Amino acid sequence: MTALAALIRRDIRIAVRVGGGALIGVLFFLTVVVLMPFALGPDLPLLTRLGPAILWLGALLASLLTLDRLFTADHEDGSLDLIVMSQTPLELACAAKALAHWLAAGLPLIVATPVLGLLLNLDMVATSAVALTLLAGTPALTFTGMIGAALAVTMHRGGLLLAVLVLPLSIPVLIFGVAASEAAITGPVSFGAPFSILCALSLVSLVVGPFAAAASLRQGLD
Amino acid sequence: MTLIDLANPTRFLSLTARLLPYLVAGTLVLFAIGLYLSAMAPDDYQQGATVKIMFIHVPNAWLSMFVWAVMSASALGTLVWRHPLADVSAKAAAPIGASFTFLALVTGSLWGRPMWGTYWEWDARLTSVLILFLMYLGLMALWRAVEDPARAARAAAVLTLVGAINLPIIKFSVDWWNTLHQPASVFRMGGSTLDRAFLIPLLVMALAFTLLFITLHVAAMRNEILRRRVRSLQMMQARAASNDMSAASPASQPA
Repeated sequence: MTALAALIRRDIRIAVRVGGGALIGVLFFLTVVVLMPFALGPDLPLLTRLGPAILWLGALLASLLTLDRLFTADHEDGSLDLIVMSQTPLELACAAKALAHWLAAGLPLIVATPVLGLLLNLDMVATSAVALTLLAGTPALTFTGMIGAALAVTMHRGGLLLAVLVLPLSIPVLIFGVAASEAAITGPVSFGAPFSILCALSLVSLVVGPFAAAASLRQGLD
Repeated sequence: MTLIDLANPTRFLSLTARLLPYLVAGTLVLFAIGLYLSAMAPDDYQQGATVKIMFIHVPNAWLSMFVWAVMSASALGTLVWRHPLADVSAKAAAPIGASFTFLALVTGSLWGRPMWGTYWEWDARLTSVLILFLMYLGLMALWRAVEDPARAARAAAVLTLVGAINLPIIKFSVDWWNTLHQPASVFRMGGSTLDRAFLIPLLVMALAFTLLFITLHVAAMRNEILRRRVRSLQMMQARAASNDMSAASPASQPA
């Protein structure tokens, strides 16, 4: 357990201190959300209706952007080989890295959501609904994205391929995240059903992601 | 003749060279029968003659999922049993499966225009099949992204198994969601609800398309094996050429 805790602490420290880490993701999130009104026009009711979808899309793209960094930095300086060869099970190490990545890159997105909700003319209920669904859904994005990151780590220009591989797996999370947010805003449709499925997707990805990523890393690094 | 005998590429090539003409003949015969039965099938009381698109659309849709299942079995063969030809099978099947998925989407879209009034609808069945098509394309991109076929095989095997989760989602999408696409009529609890006049041509066409897939798959596997041999020969030739050149230069001579 100590090894995993050390891995998590190391990853969070690197993410926070080096190269803009988490804040780059938030900055990209902000950019996407700011670009939308320029494209759609300043029609406030329209922005309110589209708000949850815009926030979810921005969070998805921002987490996709930061996923590239999950394994490549360690691969380049050789610490990924050390992690693969260590006594800690690789699946747990991958889970620990993904957890650290979510804490460092996913949580800031959720913290930024209320501010961005103001830009999109969302009220308190809508913003908190989106933030709650993001809290439940971003672990799924991180852990399934980890699979693509592990597949793409051994390729030099793997960034775009990573996006192509990860996006089809992220679509269900996006669908249910937006459905849960919309359900919380416009009353009668149940919020619990899509939200439960969103939580289920996150839980499944917590299990499947590390195993698939570990298998990819082992196969790709020899 | 056990499965392990087929693991030898040379034996596989010689066996399939003998088998392929029969597969082609069988496919043509089944297609002839199937198309004849489809033409003879009655018009639907509501849809008229356009119901016959079903005899092409449904087998393509079934095969798009079947091919991913075959690729998943090949992926298991690569990762678990290290079967030498499993990755050849997976790589050969991907473009064929992508084509079947594309044809299913296109024929379904052409069928939907007169029936539903729209070429496309974002309901659960169509969306999940579109996601399957995107995953096929991503898989083909992954195969070509890594230079060494053996390493690409293992990465693609992991992605194939992860993507296999989409198959039950597609199958049950019409049950779990309120979709524009009709619910299951053939493979369902309580038996098929399709009248025999339509069911027989449908099953014959499905068999014909399956045999078509097997024929194309075997032919593609042969091509992939030959392609890898060409690649090895080219690498050997390049190495020999560089050895000749380096032998000629004084720097390579031992001191």
